[in-house]
Amino acid sequence: MRDVVVIGAGMTRFGELWGQSIKDIFVEAALDAIRDAGVDHIDSMYVGAMSSGLFVGQEHLGAVMADYLGVTPVPATRVESACASGGAAFRQAYLEVASGASEIVLAGGVEKMTDGADVTDVLATAADQEYEVYQGITFPGLYALIARAHMEKYGTTREQLAAVAVKNHRNGSKNSHAQFRSEVTAEQVMKSTMVADPLRLLDCSPVSDGGAAVIVASMDVAKALKKNPVRVLASAQASDTIALHGRKDPTTIGSIVTAAQKAYRMADKKPSDINFAEVHDCFTIAEIVATEDLGFFEKGKGGEAAAGGATSIECKKIPVNTSGGLKSKGHPVGATGVAQIIELYEQLNGRSGDRQVAGARLGLAQNMGGSGASCVIHILEGK
Amino acid sequence: MITARYHRETPQRYRLEAGKCSGCARISFPPRLVCPSCGGRKFETVKLSEEGTILTYTVVRVASDKFSRETPFAVAIVELNDGVRITAQLADVDPGEVRTGQKVRMVFRKLQEDGKSGILCYGYKAVVT
Repeated sequence: MRDVVVIGAGMTRFGELWGQSIKDIFVEAALDAIRDAGVDHIDSMYVGAMSSGLFVGQEHLGAVMADYLGVTPVPATRVESACASGGAAFRQAYLEVASGASEIVLAGGVEKMTDGADVTDVLATAADQEYEVYQGITFPGLYALIARAHMEKYGTTREQLAAVAVKNHRNGSKNSHAQFRSEVTAEQVMKSTMVADPLRLLDCSPVSDGGAAVIVASMDVAKALKKNPVRVLASAQASDTIALHGRKDPTTIGSIVTAAQKAYRMADKKPSDINFAEVHDCFTIAEIVATEDLGFFEKGKGGEAAAGGATSIECKKIPVNTSGGLKSKGHPVGATGVAQIIELYEQLNGRSGDRQVAGARLGLAQNMGGSGASCVIHILEGK
Repeated sequence: MITARYHRETPQRYRLEAGKCSGCARISFPPRLVCPSCGGRKFETVKLSEEGTILTYTVVRVASDKFSRETPFAVAIVELNDGVRITAQLADVDPGEVRTGQKVRMVFRKLQEDGKSGILCYGYKAVVT
């Protein structure tokens, strides 16, 4: 397959965007990406969205967004993989350009979560409806089951979970697109409202509206536009059992392990080559598990690493979630995977301002759906 | 919930019926058409063990609207004595008393009410023994 690059990015602020509809949000991000790339057309587009049907009663989002973006009759398709919808949409755009079928493809993601739906109920549709949700379990509850198992197996502590939230809020405070631009203390995290023991409110990513889009193109297009291309070195995806109870070990997310192995092989890189990563911290425990299963830290040592500062922007090890992550930047589910790619793109272009990782050349984005039944990983390389 | 959807789950929810693969003997719960271990398509119906052990648990304090009147309630992943794992609410216990490693027994209980005029939804829960 041929080389594929990212040549432009755009996103809305994440947060409670009361004044904007799902269409307004997507179109704002898409126009921003098209302007940033400097292209005069797109050949096709993908829209990542988890549950626009339940959130706002609108399906058929590919066509809806192509229409409101004013690009009909280009092919437009919605991609759904729960919270990994954005990463999966980007992967479809990558594959379409890599195959030679298209030259310029828009990969976007969007979610409008504050229009009145029972968000806990909608998010739970990413789990096994009849054999998990039927028992009353929620998404914080599923990750709490993982957290408890991790704490009991590896000695991960409450303080280590809090360290993830503190670090991500610190990063998010430097991101003008973030929903929460405020720092929190470990004490605030550990005294916040209990949601599902042992996870508290400040262990959880928020309910958010937001959109994100990137322009994916062939190297030929990038050269013609004289763009500084960010190359997609690897695109990998894996699945696992839909129910958490179907897995041998609840402290490991098998789809991360599998997708990571594929991604490292495809890029011909190893975990220690990666300069920084955006990982799917829907809950603090998820970042700890992800940094282990991606091979950045030994299994069981992710909590210790987070508390020790090994994932901060200033560290020499592996800065994680420089954008603020889902925790602080916000988590409009369908947009999240694309927003992760945008953070990689900005960092690799040296455009991240106060949160710039010095010498960033290789970035990894890990986006997952449900309690890990889907995982999409991309590795991007800058100059 | 439409009754047909509810009704088709009752053998497994009411009686813990599972599918034992004729090829590799792996037990799948709920029953499936394809064995995830060996790809086998032939199964015999077996009943799951009613006894098991709590592997991990949580106490749900913020629930979806449907369960908001029930909070706080404990939910666990239980490994039954035949090796099958299931997610189940804990019944008849102070959620604060639940611990990993506790022995439990599966019981038949009401899980949900389908609105004010819909059906009552039953199934299994676990009680600490």
